[in-house]
Amino acid sequence: MREFLLSVGYDRWILPALLLIPLLAALAVMAGGRAAEGEDEVLTGAANRPRALATAAFALEFVLSIGLWWAFDPAVSGWQQVFDLRWIPSWGVRFTLGLDGIAMMMVLLTTFIMLLASVGSWTSIRQKASSYYALLLVLTTGMLGVFMALDLFLFYAMWEVMLIPMYFIVGIWGGQRRIYASLKFFIYTMLGSLLMLVGIIYLGLAARQPHLVNGAPVMLNGAVEMIPNFSYDAIMAQVQLTPQAGMWLFGAFFLAFAVKVPMFPFHTWLPDAHVEAPTAGSVVLAAIMLKLGTFGFLRLAVPLFPAAAMNPTIRGLVLTLAVIGIVYGALVSLVQPDFKKLVAYSSVSHLGFVMLGIFALTVQSVQGALMVMINHGLSTGALFFLIGMIYERRHTRLISAYGGIARVVPLFSAILVFVSLSSIGVPGTNGFVGEFLVLLGAYRTYPVLAVIGATSVIIAAAYMLWAVQRILFNPLDKPENEHIPDMNRRELLLMAPLLAGIIWLGVYPAPVLRRLQPAAENFVRIVESRSAMSSTAMRGGR
Amino acid sequence: MLAESLFFSAVLFTIGVVGVLTRRNAIIIFMCVELMLNAVNLTFIAFAQVYGVAGQIFVFFVMTVAAAEAAVGLAIIIALFRHRQTVNLSNINLLKG
Amino acid sequence: MMLLQEAGAHPLSGTVASYVWLLPLLPLLGFVLNGLLSLVAAVRLGPVDPGASHADARAPGAHDANGGGVHGDDHHPVARHRYAALTSLIGPGMLVLSFLLATAIFLAMRAAGAHEPFVQRYFSWMPVGDLQIDAAFQLDQLSILMVMIITGVGTLIHIFSVGYMVDDPGYPRYFAYLNLFVFFMLVLVLGASYPLMFVGWEGVGLCSYLLIGFWFSEKANADAGKKAFIVNRIGDFGFLIAMFMLFANVGKLDFIGVNAAAASLPFAGVVVTTICLFLFLGCAGKSAQIPLYVWLPDAMAGPTPVSALIHAATMVAAGVYLIARSNVLFAMAPTAGLVVVLVGAVTAIFAASIGLKQWDIKKVLAYSTVSQLGYMFMGVGTGAYAAGVFHLMTHAFFKALLFLGSGSVIYAMHAAYHHTGNHDDAQDMRNMGGLKAFLPITWVLMWIATLAISGIPPFAGFFSKDAILGAVHSHHEGSTLDSATLLGIPGGAILMLSYVLGLAAAFMTAVYMTRMMLYTFHGPNRSGEKEREHLREAPWSMTGPLVVLGALSAFGGWFNLPALLPLGPIGALDRWLDPVVGESTLRITNGVAVETPASTEWLLVGIAVAIAAAGIALAFARLKPASLVPKKDAPAEHGFERVLANKYFVDEAYDAVIVEPVLATSRGLLWRGLDVGIIDGITRLFIQSKDDDSAPGTTVPMGGLLPRAIGWMGSQLQSGLVGTYAWVLVVGVLFVLGAFTFR
Repeated sequence: MREFLLSVGYDRWILPALLLIPLLAALAVMAGGRAAEGEDEVLTGAANRPRALATAAFALEFVLSIGLWWAFDPAVSGWQQVFDLRWIPSWGVRFTLGLDGIAMMMVLLTTFIMLLASVGSWTSIRQKASSYYALLLVLTTGMLGVFMALDLFLFYAMWEVMLIPMYFIVGIWGGQRRIYASLKFFIYTMLGSLLMLVGIIYLGLAARQPHLVNGAPVMLNGAVEMIPNFSYDAIMAQVQLTPQAGMWLFGAFFLAFAVKVPMFPFHTWLPDAHVEAPTAGSVVLAAIMLKLGTFGFLRLAVPLFPAAAMNPTIRGLVLTLAVIGIVYGALVSLVQPDFKKLVAYSSVSHLGFVMLGIFALTVQSVQGALMVMINHGLSTGALFFLIGMIYERRHTRLISAYGGIARVVPLFSAILVFVSLSSIGVPGTNGFVGEFLVLLGAYRTYPVLAVIGATSVIIAAAYMLWAVQRILFNPLDKPENEHIPDMNRRELLLMAPLLAGIIWLGVYPAPVLRRLQPAAENFVRIVESRSAMSSTAMRGGR
Repeated sequence: MLAESLFFSAVLFTIGVVGVLTRRNAIIIFMCVELMLNAVNLTFIAFAQVYGVAGQIFVFFVMTVAAAEAAVGLAIIIALFRHRQTVNLSNINLLKG
Repeated sequence: MMLLQEAGAHPLSGTVASYVWLLPLLPLLGFVLNGLLSLVAAVRLGPVDPGASHADARAPGAHDANGGGVHGDDHHPVARHRYAALTSLIGPGMLVLSFLLATAIFLAMRAAGAHEPFVQRYFSWMPVGDLQIDAAFQLDQLSILMVMIITGVGTLIHIFSVGYMVDDPGYPRYFAYLNLFVFFMLVLVLGASYPLMFVGWEGVGLCSYLLIGFWFSEKANADAGKKAFIVNRIGDFGFLIAMFMLFANVGKLDFIGVNAAAASLPFAGVVVTTICLFLFLGCAGKSAQIPLYVWLPDAMAGPTPVSALIHAATMVAAGVYLIARSNVLFAMAPTAGLVVVLVGAVTAIFAASIGLKQWDIKKVLAYSTVSQLGYMFMGVGTGAYAAGVFHLMTHAFFKALLFLGSGSVIYAMHAAYHHTGNHDDAQDMRNMGGLKAFLPITWVLMWIATLAISGIPPFAGFFSKDAILGAVHSHHEGSTLDSATLLGIPGGAILMLSYVLGLAAAFMTAVYMTRMMLYTFHGPNRSGEKEREHLREAPWSMTGPLVVLGALSAFGGWFNLPALLPLGPIGALDRWLDPVVGESTLRITNGVAVETPASTEWLLVGIAVAIAAAGIALAFARLKPASLVPKKDAPAEHGFERVLANKYFVDEAYDAVIVEPVLATSRGLLWRGLDVGIIDGITRLFIQSKDDDSAPGTTVPMGGLLPRAIGWMGSQLQSGLVGTYAWVLVVGVLFVLGAFTFR
């Protein structure tokens, strides 16, 4: 497989292709869908063209990206599939793409989830379908771009590219309070990302390079003109920050990513955005966009400013917030009357595990954090799909509106129970592997926090099973629930890959772990050595 | 010659500024603005004698802009007069926050 | 099955033992098949899209065939599943195959006589840095014994279930869950590392959850299942922490590695004691010990064979297995051992006292199970691992028999009520009475089990209970537990106290078991005139397993005869388990085998038997089945009886002290207070929108206050007069020019 891929130059074109295909498809969808635009489209004939076109594009995207699984060499610890292009030469901005193990898995997760999101929106999006699918496609480019970018300016650009489609998806196709939710989402995310832009510009200027045109330096006032350099590698290698500058910059990046994760206390946009977003929007938000925040910590905030991030006070603070998030999210989930909100708050809890894993900084905890990122994508994605299905049938997400429907929809019930179990980390499902590794690793460095975090296994069981009981079990006492149709073939097809993933990653996660291992070890090593280096430098400087 | 030209254009510019600041009639203010622009044009031409033709080229730009401005500005003033029956700017505060 | 690495030159390699992976896989296959049968029958997949049309495309009959009964155990509907015959073949069939294989492996192990555990690695499960967790099974004397109990008793209970459940509409689902349970239980005992054991550990909890809530349309059943899972998770939390501590301190998680590396830990140190205590928290959850026992009595909401298999014979004994499996660690932590013994003893007497006043026949047995598990913990806690495991085994026999017997009674009662359309409680002993005339086989067998659990020789329970009490008594002097202290109290005193508590619990056991027998089978019949005619013994598919269990309950003691009673081979089980637990047992007694004088032993045995006999005699003397009235006419209890009947109000206390405050805090303080109140309140200073419904019908006060305030300040600068702007501009220009000129 690998030989075949290399023989067709897969390594060279795959990353730009993955970014380009959705954009082109978005244009095609917009162009082709105009004629079919209507108020309430019938799901037949030409009206389905945007759906089919977008789904085909997502399918192509996914099929192409699968090759990464083999093309990516887990033994190599550097960037792979690198693609490099001049973009804005006079500012020193390049269009550099590349992957490490973490990014590779996230790219696969993204293309996978987006394909499902597209299929899952088939019947739920009835208005302006072509615009919706175009936005979904642009969103894909933005998210993939963030995972691939090796140039900080490009990173920022992609970061904003993905923000805007999501804003519209929530704001146009959302529920009752969509304006409030989308505004809140936008303001929160923007607030953080602008500070990050300042930080990126600072870093770019700090890693200056000579301005070369056709290999010859440009002279200005008798000296070589220096321009910024946003290359990730250059910044990692060259920039020496004073401790104070490091703190400020870490703060800027921290805010951007902590909002996105979301960490307590920046999390309140999440329940609103999740609840109001259309099903696919919630899925994408939970499964991928939240991971961009933790990915940002892994790629930028921690390795670039290890001295600040690993400063005992800051590290303790972040870890405490992470653990508060774990327990707090779980406790608040317990009392939610709205099932979608319950799952949203459970995301806060799960993402707390990721942050705990990253900042606990052991190989196990970091790998566990990465596993939780993937697992949460599968399990919570599946949960949102399931909520979407039941919502399409009964038009309510309130837990109290259901009860006893396991008798009516046995297939749906079996799947919901199974996915819930994976969400609360029952061993044998994917959820266990991630949480176990995070806590196991975190216990080595922060035992008390790990123990507190572990209490969430109890609360998680409580909120999830309680909700499942009130929805599926108990007497079937509401007549309107007696004739809910069970899942249809399309929905079953949608859930099947998610369920397969849940079992696969629970029983045999070793292939994934092996691919993540070099990147995780690299992360731990770099952060440890650099934070040690700068702390000795600080001591020497005094 | 340069000094005289510059002095002259400075005088013209000052007249324009004072006119804009003190008069209330929109037409007159508009004419004062034109006066300021032409004062600047004069400066350009004067300097063009010393530093090369670039200044003269700029004058053409300024004249183009001034022509466009005249067209747009007069149109606005006429529209204003039709609505308010006055061109006295102290009576017009639509931009008040 | 591919092996990562062949297990060297182990005597078992190449024998039938290499097929150990098939043991759990057979029930897993059964789960898959039965699960498919259940879903296929329940679902008619149609092309109908819920959005496009709201027509219900399912066949009219499908509604009744899916998803379980409408009502609880007392009157679930009779509707035979269309795949019932196939299910009856697959479900028990897999167990039979598994049991045969287990027997073959057991015989191979006996022939090989290996002392080292036989470990087979299949694939790498979690390889992360220095952590290597493999999917590996470990065969040794302890695990094969457990496998034999699980598959053996499991097979009998599966066969019994065919008769008991066949007319339930959720029949394939039932067997799917039951098979899945056996799969997880086998993973639990075969897993070669703590994490893999944890897979089984949580898996059996999951199946327990599913089976307790099997008739999920009744809220009480669903509640009970959920409660079981959550309380178990509290224990699992302890198990997890113990694993984290092991990995952080020892660097290993597989049994062989931990046992080898544990020697480096300081004896009786804080680390090993804490690890053991957290492990015991896990045991307390799974094996229903104080303070986590509350789920087990509620778990009786499940079908009765489930109670027999999961909540009596196998799963609840997993905690005992865990301690026996971790004997190396516990032998190093005498203080933890004392805690285990004390908790076990207190649980034994506490649960037994509640059992005295229960009316539901299954509740009596449930509290009896809690109490007997307490005995097992006394055994393994005091270092008599073989005795604890022995009691685990005999208890599996007689308690499974008791539960299945009660199932047979309930089945008869239920069938009778069903015939007459009566809706009384088929499990309440006040509605029974005099059943020995109608259910003679069950009556005899239940008496055997009752004598066994009461500790009357020569029945099985006598030997195992006596072994435990004897060990507790003898270890109170000259063992490491004796030299340790718990909260300042010397260990010897605690062991003595536990011994006395154990005797008292044995007395109560005899009383409540005799009470149950008297009220159920003796005296006049209270089921009602019409119902009486329909009371009859269950079919042979159900009584057959009872007879086998009866034989095991009667003669199970022969598996491990004490030296005192040389009626056959002495201490067979002790010798069998010696490679696994022998070293630790010796370590507890400071390397000296315990030598109790025969006279003392005779005295102890005499006391125990006398106490049991006294209990039975007292019950016969004081309890008058004839004076009982049916449940609906029964008067309310008073005084301490009421406290006992209400189980000391522990559930209510937990509710008031833990559940309600947590919910109230989460709702009031965290969610509405902190999240919606403070954080969203601050957010609303920045944004406002019309569809924000936090204050329905009004605009949100202070909504978007901050941008408004800043905007208002800015707008005050705008006079709207162009002239003013021009002046400001000129002044500004002059100011800037001045600044450059006169700096």
